[in-house]
Amino acid sequence: MTTETVPQVPSSTSSARSVLQANLRDYGLVVALLAIMVFFQITTNGTMFRPLNLTNVILQNSYIIIMALGMLLVIVAGHIDLSVGSVSGFVGGLAAIMMVRWGIPPLLTMVLCLAVGAAIGAAQGYWIAYLKIPSFIVTLAGMLVFKGLVLALLGGASVGPFPVEFQLLSAGFLPDVFGPITIPQGEGAPLTLHTTTLVIGVLATLVFVFTSLRSRKRRQEHGYEAEPFAVFAVKTAVLGALILFFSYLLASYRGLPNVLIVMSILIAIFVFMTKRTTLGRRIYALGGNSKAAQLSGIKTERLTFYVFVIMGMLAALAGLIFAARLNTATPKAGQGFELDVIAAVFIGGASAMGGVGQVAGAVIGAFIMGVMNNGMSIMGVNIDWQQVIKGLVLLGAVVFDVYNKNKA
Amino acid sequence: MTKTILEMRGITKTFPGVKALQDVNLDVREAEIHAIVGENGAGKSTLMKVLSGVYPAGSYDGEIVYQGQPVAFKTIRDSEHVGIVIIHQELALVPLLSIAENIFLGNEQAKGGVIDWDETRRGARKLLSMVGLQEDPDTLVTHIGVGKQQLVEIAKALSKEVKLLILDEPTASLSEKDSAALLDLLLEFKNQGITSIIISHKLNEISRVADRVTVIRDGRTIETMDRADMSEDRIIASMVGRSLEDRYPKREPKIGEVLFEVKNWSVYHPLHSERQVIKGVDIAVRKGEVVGIAGLMGAGRTEFAMSLFGKSYGRNISGEVFMHGKKVDTSTVRRAVDAGIAYATEDRKTYGLNLIDHIKHNTTLANLPGISRAGVIDDMTEMKVANDYRRMTNIRSSSVYQITGNLSGGNQQKVVLSKWLFANPELLILDEPTRGIDVGAKYEIYTIINKLADEGKGILVISSEMPELLGICDRIYVMNEGRIVGELAGSEASQEKIMRSIVRAEGKTA
Repeated sequence: MTTETVPQVPSSTSSARSVLQANLRDYGLVVALLAIMVFFQITTNGTMFRPLNLTNVILQNSYIIIMALGMLLVIVAGHIDLSVGSVSGFVGGLAAIMMVRWGIPPLLTMVLCLAVGAAIGAAQGYWIAYLKIPSFIVTLAGMLVFKGLVLALLGGASVGPFPVEFQLLSAGFLPDVFGPITIPQGEGAPLTLHTTTLVIGVLATLVFVFTSLRSRKRRQEHGYEAEPFAVFAVKTAVLGALILFFSYLLASYRGLPNVLIVMSILIAIFVFMTKRTTLGRRIYALGGNSKAAQLSGIKTERLTFYVFVIMGMLAALAGLIFAARLNTATPKAGQGFELDVIAAVFIGGASAMGGVGQVAGAVIGAFIMGVMNNGMSIMGVNIDWQQVIKGLVLLGAVVFDVYNKNKA
Repeated sequence: MTKTILEMRGITKTFPGVKALQDVNLDVREAEIHAIVGENGAGKSTLMKVLSGVYPAGSYDGEIVYQGQPVAFKTIRDSEHVGIVIIHQELALVPLLSIAENIFLGNEQAKGGVIDWDETRRGARKLLSMVGLQEDPDTLVTHIGVGKQQLVEIAKALSKEVKLLILDEPTASLSEKDSAALLDLLLEFKNQGITSIIISHKLNEISRVADRVTVIRDGRTIETMDRADMSEDRIIASMVGRSLEDRYPKREPKIGEVLFEVKNWSVYHPLHSERQVIKGVDIAVRKGEVVGIAGLMGAGRTEFAMSLFGKSYGRNISGEVFMHGKKVDTSTVRRAVDAGIAYATEDRKTYGLNLIDHIKHNTTLANLPGISRAGVIDDMTEMKVANDYRRMTNIRSSSVYQITGNLSGGNQQKVVLSKWLFANPELLILDEPTRGIDVGAKYEIYTIINKLADEGKGILVISSEMPELLGICDRIYVMNEGRIVGELAGSEASQEKIMRSIVRAEGKTA
């Protein structure tokens, strides 16, 4: 089918204001996260941005972020998974039994546990996808079942400690292959920097700037709208500087935590999957209008099933990381995680109706929750009031979203 | 007797992209039955929604005078409060509540928030006898037929002390007998002093009960006729406003060999497995041919098409499908699409579009492999595809990034068409392709259909608008109660002949 008309070339740049408006939510989240961090930096007398603390924030929230990736898919597909906390606790317990009681090597244990996670996801997904039982009910049942199973499995006691190789999953840092740099400072101890981390930080920044430039150029070559160069330059420079700044902060402590590497790779995979692959596109269509998706040839049942399998695997991975971090498996592990995970996804802008949500949003949402936990704990806010404040932030974020949508 | 109860003056209502009503005037006298007629999409339902406060005062221009007072309804409750009750085409009953509960929904017979069940049942029984419905008030609404549900709606209206009753196509889904009973009821109400506005397509019903008729076309009032001046010819001329030739673009059919054939297609109801919905249908479509399927509501046309397209409807489906004389498998949507079949649904909002996503993503949804390699989407290819089809189908939007939920009906339909054109089918099944869209957009869609036929594709059009089928089809099948009961060449077909096929078939089965 051809059309004779010459392809119309729209103005190659659009106004800065319209771009800002269109991306208000995306930028707004980043700004909100930074604002919250700066707020705590002040109220905690500079503790927030200390390298040790930042490393801690990442370690403390890694398992929430990893589960938020899967939960984003689940929520975009129009479902919910209440069982992820219990499943992660159960898998952590299972890993402990495997390694400590049965002496299975850590690597094999991890592979087996991920498979168990996938199987749990498949078992739940089967009811939801093929028998059309509401996910809320199936995963509520799953939550109770696995909460009970981990108690039965561990016999109510904690099991640990784990082999050192397993602990590295959470407690380990990237080895410094180049050897540290030491910068003498006028007074006090000299500053030691983790060179490999710095190198990776610089490389990541370069890759980021390069790919941004390339995709902008490609759009313009094809005659499609691109944001004005000033906006583009400021955005890229600020984000690039942030990456450099954080790698510098991490380098000045012990370097890149292993967990951060795992997490970054997963985030990259999920961003790519949701933005660029047909699989991702189909999940959004499924959540947006499942009937229309089905009549467009999308196998909606199988797709829903896969989404829950992925969620199960990520819950298992989160369980392993959490167990490795505590160096022991406890029957209470994972309890209540599902709420933090779901909250992170909704703060990140996903819609409870399905079809809407971004990976980056969910990750930032998880960090907002994590930073608030961390900051309030350092400030000495009681756990009761922490809950109240977190609840209000969740409500506020969603109200802000709905208000914006109605205004548009 | 000639006191005016309602006057609507200079009503203008715009939606993004469409002027639905333009300077519409309507006056309704007390205790008359006033019919409003017009084509689909002419603006009848919009006008009634303006009147009843579904579109709140301020969202339209013009004024409404009711019982001598200017009124500005903000909600449906406001209009109901003064006795204006609208009964929509889609009934607004809660299926799993009882008749009595439905009648008093929102108006519960209660003291201090506690429902008085005796009073509820007594009241319901009284109202049911007024509408002539003999059912226990405790029966669940889901257990009674559509005709009776309609009566429950009317009983509900009566419970609100209705003075002006508005019925939007009340007999569209009723049997002959139920329709007659309903019309008698309206005459009865008239004697009691209740005014009715009835929106209908069925001219025989209008000539039976209406005192006056107002014709609306393309969002404007054309004229109001008294009973003495009413004739079907005059009403039709007024409704259509121009000759058929102008409404359908001309085409020189270039018909080739048989492209698509269905043999002995049978389908059973998805829930009531003993009920056969489609009974041994045989049809064929040639290359470059536009073939219509005519029939009344409930004839099984949509069910037929959806069961063909990946078994999307029904169970125990049997029969054979051939493309180019070769048997093909259409048992899943994917397979049907791969076999070269596309089905554009009659209900674009529920089954056609992802309304929260933009044009670009909707356009490519049925053919994602066409814009991707190894499962990775090429953004630039997708952009080009979306822009090309937007231009070809003439979608009016700011860009391909406009959310489809914000488009007008006509433009939404064009997005659905774009989606299926990009899937590159050989046979395109279009189910009610112009339902609820304005005359201009209809013309554009007919033009697209003609162009596709010229390219050698086969087009199967399902439509309830007989003039449309007569205007665009080379051949028309008539379907009734799941069977093909007639086949007419486009040149010799007429509304009369189609109706005669249906009526003759009804006679046989009765």
